[in-house]
This record gives sequence, structure tokens and C-alpha cells, in this order.
Amino acid sequence: MITKEVAGVDVALEGVTSGMTMMLGGFGLSGIPENAIAKLVELNVDNLTCISNNAGVDDFGLGLLLQKKQVKKMISSYVGENAEFERQMLSGELDVELIPQGTLAERCRAAQAGFPAIYTPAGYGTEVAEGKETREFDGKMYVLEHAFKADFAFVKAWKGDAAGNLIFKGTARNFNPNMCGAATITVAEVEELVPVGELDPNQIHIPGIFVQRIFKGETYEKRIEQRTVRTRD
Amino acid sequence: MALDKNQIAQRIAKEVQNGYYVNLGIGIPTLVANYVRDDIEVEFQSENGVLGMGPFPYDGEEDADIINAGKQTITTLPGASFFDSATSFSMIRGKHVDLTILGAMEVAENGDIANWKIPGKMVKGMGGAMDLVASAENIIVAMMHTNRAGASKLLKRCSLPLTGVGCVKKIVSNLAVLEVTPDGFKLLERAPGVSVEEIQAATEGTLIIDGDVLEMQL
Repeated sequence: MITKEVAGVDVALEGVTSGMTMMLGGFGLSGIPENAIAKLVELNVDNLTCISNNAGVDDFGLGLLLQKKQVKKMISSYVGENAEFERQMLSGELDVELIPQGTLAERCRAAQAGFPAIYTPAGYGTEVAEGKETREFDGKMYVLEHAFKADFAFVKAWKGDAAGNLIFKGTARNFNPNMCGAATITVAEVEELVPVGELDPNQIHIPGIFVQRIFKGETYEKRIEQRTVRTRD
Repeated sequence: MALDKNQIAQRIAKEVQNGYYVNLGIGIPTLVANYVRDDIEVEFQSENGVLGMGPFPYDGEEDADIINAGKQTITTLPGASFFDSATSFSMIRGKHVDLTILGAMEVAENGDIANWKIPGKMVKGMGGAMDLVASAENIIVAMMHTNRAGASKLLKRCSLPLTGVGCVKKIVSNLAVLEVTPDGFKLLERAPGVSVEEIQAATEGTLIIDGDVLEMQL
């Protein structure tokens, strides 16, 4: 067995420097790599390009990096719910590339799968397609979108083992599997790191080959953005 | 009387047919799930990676790992599944979803839609909307007919940056049900107590009135 386990977040983020491009999993605050983000804040690296569907909220998730002005550019599909982000974007302090959510997922997956680019119908005829190659297939127009190139991918899974195998839970799965193996180094953090052999091979969502480093996150706040409940009749 | 948001959702729910997989956007579309008849089998897809969405959880049973595209805590129904974002958009772009219901800031008479950006003022992003409108064959837009200042949101041409071109087929607004045709917005139904003249006055784009326009049944 090839071991991917590292002692903790400090070792997991070795080699991260200012100016790097990184992918971060998560949808809203669900399934975000909380421990890696906290470490990035502590390392105080800046001029980062972050590929992430959302930008966190003002005081949690990627919002923490934005507060400290560590981010040069965000590539996201939806950045509402973050006042500081909106301020930095509208004032021009932050470079923002907004792209369709499915395109974001597929540009990650293309990098993972060895495709240089993909054609998608999303964004055709809109400003998202400006300056991009377009092509007609069977009477419908498509936009050429390139695979991402990233130095690090930070993903969060529910369970994992030392071989780097990952299992996700609920909708915390989201972009995390698509980012595994899509960067030079994929760092997975998990809530439970179990001994090799304990995970059923049938149940593994991402095989360890797509992961270079795995560690057990020290704590998970798992904050809920919109707590919606119903009352019992 | 113009419809309120719940009544718009109630009217749209009548468009949901047995066996449909349905994607519900954020806002009014989310409310549609509350009004689908019990005898209709339907599965709701949320683009963040769940098929078979159920109602909100009971107080104390909410789970940070189970949310919808609006980041609200939800539950799942028997037969539900979770999947990654690429798989989710494969369902959408691959036309496996039967009906897409989403909101809009503006719709044009040629079916163009704008719902993601107001230059210089508001930029929240398109989320999954561009994938949805570029691929879905059955799109219903839930919207208010006019903005707060009373100006029409059903236009000859959209003024805001587009989300998709020529894609909207049907609109359910607070005033009317309309179909987008090659000649413009065809008025299908009026909200109860709302006159054709009121709808005409609230519609900047070409409005096609063909014979008697019935009041909608909720």
C-alpha cells in the first residue's frame, strides 16, 4: 500500500507559497476544507488565485482569506452572502472571474481526467463567452472552456484511510471529488481517518490515486448558512 | 388581485407532471414543492448534488452536510441520492432533468433571460443558471411582472447582461401566464381579477392577445 497519510495540517500544506493557484472544495459552507483554510490564514500567504464555487461568508470559509486580503483572484460561480467580497470586487481590489457552476465543475474534472478543454452550451451568447472559441455541433452552439491548472487542491471528505481513499457525506460532496487529482498536489482532510482495510472498496467515492496527502482535521465547526426547519404539528 | 409569491408557486405547481425530475431555483421556485399534488410522483433535484429532496428538517434534526442550492438545511426522501457537482450538471446539460423553474430579473420577447448581474451594483454570480437555461428544453420562469418602480420586466430586449439566449418558454408572473412565441409573449391566463389592459400596461414587450383570456385556476 502507498501511504498518503501525513501528521497534520502543517505537513499537509508544506510547499504552499504566495502567488499559487488553488482549488478549494465546498458548496456554500458545506464540505469546505476548514482546517486547510485556517492554516492558509495562519501562513499568511497572499496573491492567491482561488478556484471555489463560493467565497464563504464574511467571517468563515474563504471569507477569512478575503478579510486578510490574501486573495488576488477568485474564480467562482456564486459569491453572494459575502459583503466584504462584494466591496472588494466592486472597488476593483479583487479580480473576479464568474463562470457557470457546471463549467466550474467540468473544468476541474477535465484537469483530473486529462482533457485540455471541453465544449459546453452554458454561457453561449452571454458575456461569459466573450473572447472564447465557439463551435456548432448538431445545430447548437457551444463554448470552449479550458481545464484548470492549479498548484494545490484542498478537499474535505467525511471518511478516509491512509491510502488516500475517500468517502463523502450528503451534499458536502459537491465539488470535492471533481477537484481530487485536478491539481499538482491534492490535499484531503477528513473527519475520520480509519485504518487501511476498514473502508469497503465498493463504497469508496474517490480512489487514493487522486490524493497526495491526507490528514484528519483537528476540529470541524461545520457552520450552517441558512438554518431552515419545520415544527412538529 | 395580483398573485403573491406563494400563489405564483401554486400556479406553477400545476405544470409539474407525473414522473418529472424537476430542478427548482432559489426564491419563488423553491416554494413550488409545497404545492405539487400528493398523487403526482416527482423528484426534486438540487444542483449542489441531491436528487429526491424532501421538506425542511424538524427543529434539532438539521445537518450541515445536507443542504439545497439555497444553502438551506433540507431532508431527503426514500430513493434519494447524493452526487458530485460534475454529475449534477451532467443531469442538467445532458437533458435528464424534465423541468427547470427559475427566477428572472428580465425576460425578453425572444426568450432571452437575465438574472445574475446588475453592472456596478449587484454581482452575485450566475451559479447554475447558465447551465440550466442553456440546456433545459422545458423552462418556466417565476417572476414579478414589474419592478418596485413599476417598470416592466417583460421586455422587447433585455437591458441587463444575459444569462441565456432564446431559452425561456413559459412565464408565470404575479399578473399572468405567458408563452414565449416567435411573435412575442402570448397571454395564456390572467391572474384572478386582473384585466388584459392591466397586463398590457405592465408589459413592454409585444403582447399577443388571442380571443378571450381566461382567469387562472389555482
